[in-house]
Amino acid sequence: MNFDVAIVGAGVVGNLIARELSRYDIKIAILEKCNDMAMGTSKANSAIVHAGFDAKPGTLKAKLNVSGTSLMPDLCKTLHVPFKPVGSLVVAFSEEEKETLNELLDRGVKNGVPGLEIYDRAKLKEVEPNISDSAVAALWAPTAGIVCPYELTIAAAENAVINGAEFIRNFEVKSIKQENGLFTVSNGEREITSKYIINAAGVFCDEIAKLIGDDSIHTTPRKGEYMLCDKSIGNLANHTIFQCPSKMGKGILVTPTVDGNLLIGPSALDIEDKTDVTTTASTLASILETAKKSVPVLTTREVITSFAGLRAHCDRDDFIIEKSTKNPNFINVAGIESPGLSSAPAIALYVRDMIIPEMGAAEKPGFRPDRDEPVRFRHMSNEERKAIIAKNPAYGRIICRCETITEGEILDAIHAPAGARDVDGVKRRTRAGMGRCQGGFCGSKVVELLARELGVEINQITKFGGDSKILYERTK
Amino acid sequence: MLNYDIVVIGGGPAGMAAALKARECGVESILILERAESLGGILEQCIHTGFGLQYFGEELSGPEYADRFIKQVNEQKIEYKVDTMALQITDDNIVYAVNKTDGLLEIQAKAIILAMGCRERPRGALNIAGTRASGIMSAGTAQKYVNIDGYMPGKKVVILGSGDIGLIMARRMTLEGAKVECVCELMPYSSGLTRNIVQCLDDFNIPLYLSTTVVDIHGKDRVTGVTIASVDENRRPIPGTERYIECDTLLLSVGLIPENELTRAVGIDLDRVTSGAVVDEYRETNHKGVFACGNVLHVHDLVDFVTLESQTAGEGAARYVQGKKKDSDFITTKGVGAVRYIVPQKINLDNEGDVKLFFRVGNTFKNATVKVTCGDEVLISKKRPRLAPGEMENVIIKNSMLKSFAKDSVIEITVEA
Repeated sequence: MNFDVAIVGAGVVGNLIARELSRYDIKIAILEKCNDMAMGTSKANSAIVHAGFDAKPGTLKAKLNVSGTSLMPDLCKTLHVPFKPVGSLVVAFSEEEKETLNELLDRGVKNGVPGLEIYDRAKLKEVEPNISDSAVAALWAPTAGIVCPYELTIAAAENAVINGAEFIRNFEVKSIKQENGLFTVSNGEREITSKYIINAAGVFCDEIAKLIGDDSIHTTPRKGEYMLCDKSIGNLANHTIFQCPSKMGKGILVTPTVDGNLLIGPSALDIEDKTDVTTTASTLASILETAKKSVPVLTTREVITSFAGLRAHCDRDDFIIEKSTKNPNFINVAGIESPGLSSAPAIALYVRDMIIPEMGAAEKPGFRPDRDEPVRFRHMSNEERKAIIAKNPAYGRIICRCETITEGEILDAIHAPAGARDVDGVKRRTRAGMGRCQGGFCGSKVVELLARELGVEINQITKFGGDSKILYERTK
Repeated sequence: MLNYDIVVIGGGPAGMAAALKARECGVESILILERAESLGGILEQCIHTGFGLQYFGEELSGPEYADRFIKQVNEQKIEYKVDTMALQITDDNIVYAVNKTDGLLEIQAKAIILAMGCRERPRGALNIAGTRASGIMSAGTAQKYVNIDGYMPGKKVVILGSGDIGLIMARRMTLEGAKVECVCELMPYSSGLTRNIVQCLDDFNIPLYLSTTVVDIHGKDRVTGVTIASVDENRRPIPGTERYIECDTLLLSVGLIPENELTRAVGIDLDRVTSGAVVDEYRETNHKGVFACGNVLHVHDLVDFVTLESQTAGEGAARYVQGKKKDSDFITTKGVGAVRYIVPQKINLDNEGDVKLFFRVGNTFKNATVKVTCGDEVLISKKRPRLAPGEMENVIIKNSMLKSFAKDSVIEITVEA
């Protein structure tokens, strides 16, 4: 298989680059080592679209954050991805921290962030009634929002695939050969060739770069643990509530999610193992303690799950988006930690501008910017429900009780472009299993549907690919 | 729009018993909505025996117990729809439900009986640290895989929680050839029935570790082991007691939660302890004409008790439909100290009969005294050789006592060691 551009890593950055490049008359491959996309940083993060006042003025982070955030609402609308412009608050708990707010405000103005404003205690309490009484002021950023990060990642890939890109799963890049201006990329079993490689491998960017002898990238996985709370307390926060930032990041936030849950986290710990997404009891406990500083009424009673994600922290303290010194056709897109999600739409344009002019690629006719709007039965009116079940009775069978997800939606997820192949893939595309019972009832039904649609025995179905199988042999 | 006198949401043991009782009381127009493919509820996957000892005086399997009611539902020609999920109840008792053949159903009911049962608490609710590998599931999910689908969800198993489903699954997995390493219980006592501890653990030499919990889960793709640790009297893990146990599966049997999404959405008052509706002695909620029974109301130990309670609700709904259930003043009930909750939470003062109060304690007691009081007056005082959180207790308030109460009186139950 021969491609013009091979993108390594099907995270939000890789997939949005793929989508942007799929406007042009070139052959694109997305190479993903896992059984599905959005399996790394893109599935486990704060799901925040940052306004853009955190990054140092003049950095790529500052520039791409502000422009990515301004692109996000339209992009999400086009791709039918949930996005809510809830705005964010950075809360100060002392006079000293109030100073920090002013610094952030200044920085934001320099970065071109619109609408920033300092709220006094009274105004803060008015817009965020559950905020702690010890809060003294806050920085209000109206352009901040919340988005579903894995849905954006999936939608971007679906759209790229609709426009001709190829999604190749279970393809872990093990070696890259360079010959006659062409890369040969192998996973040990199969090979593809490509004229360009875009290294969007998240925490693994350094290892991928090393495959062509590029030692310039140093990625440290920075683990962040989170707790997700039931929708019944989703309204405890109206906006994304930050505390004042520290050296390790933006601190513990309390935020509503686009699905109406409440998210608390993340911690920040530099670790060695790039696959370590374990949670720890002590960290979860300290997250809650710190979050209570913002919203004192929080308890663990409503926690429905906890998880951890890894940010791809690089020692250069800025995004690294540049041609490798070892080969100009190898583009590193590395160090995409926060505000990576917010910046991703702008990163895609930035990378496009790095290669499309020199490739001389033409825009292709018939590019489709959107995807079919996924059926979301839970959001439909009763009239819409009647109509859709009349069209396809599978929408009349509820599989996930907690989130009201129908069989039809699950079949759509499996048969979508680059569709779901495992239980977690169905979960991320439909929300089946994301509710308060966490798949207790619907898990086995999703396994059944996957097996039926993929034409395999049910004990072949995995939770997330690899050895994550769910069932062993038949009973006696 | 369809019209029924009574719509029963849930076709498990609670829903069927309630519907049958309502029919016996003379209500013709009844519809049961069941979300699974058949009537019977969770009993269909409970293929072990031990059901029916109280109600039928014989030992039945879950499907056999259910079948007795399914037969009667069919004989009585009570209408039901399976594979049908109720989505919403409105203020004026319209039920919206959905299935593949009818599409969206809009059903006007005079009375509604909530019988949706309960679900298992998931891992997230415990906040157990560790990986999110495959092989962590509730005991009930494992039971479905083994008994309904016929596949083994694991070979080397640790079970957290000694609730009855956990105990039953320890035996079931062992019989199917899996090695159950141990059952860990956070509390210093098991919440399961004694007979299940004997028959499911002791008989198979499966150790039960009390005051022990799982503190870490290992394994990237599939579970490879868990770390367990002893806990102190505040249920906090004691450092230094950690122990690694190799396993490929962690089954959770850590409590059941009534499924009250519909109830909550229509604004019915819920009891924070039971997580079920606040009801009167006929199991009517504060939403007129809406009744609740079975595990959606409070989690029962035995299905036999679910059946009995649901008959009460069925009779109540029938009386309501027939205009025999009048509005009256209430007295309320209140558990004090070790008495965690009482159902019903309120009693109509004009009730003509005796009223049974069900309650559950939060600790184990030996030779304790159960006292029922109203103000300074002690109504009942009786010795109980043994009280345990896993076993629901009851006391009967005689109608003669009831007649003596003033409106808004509070009946309290306490336990004295």
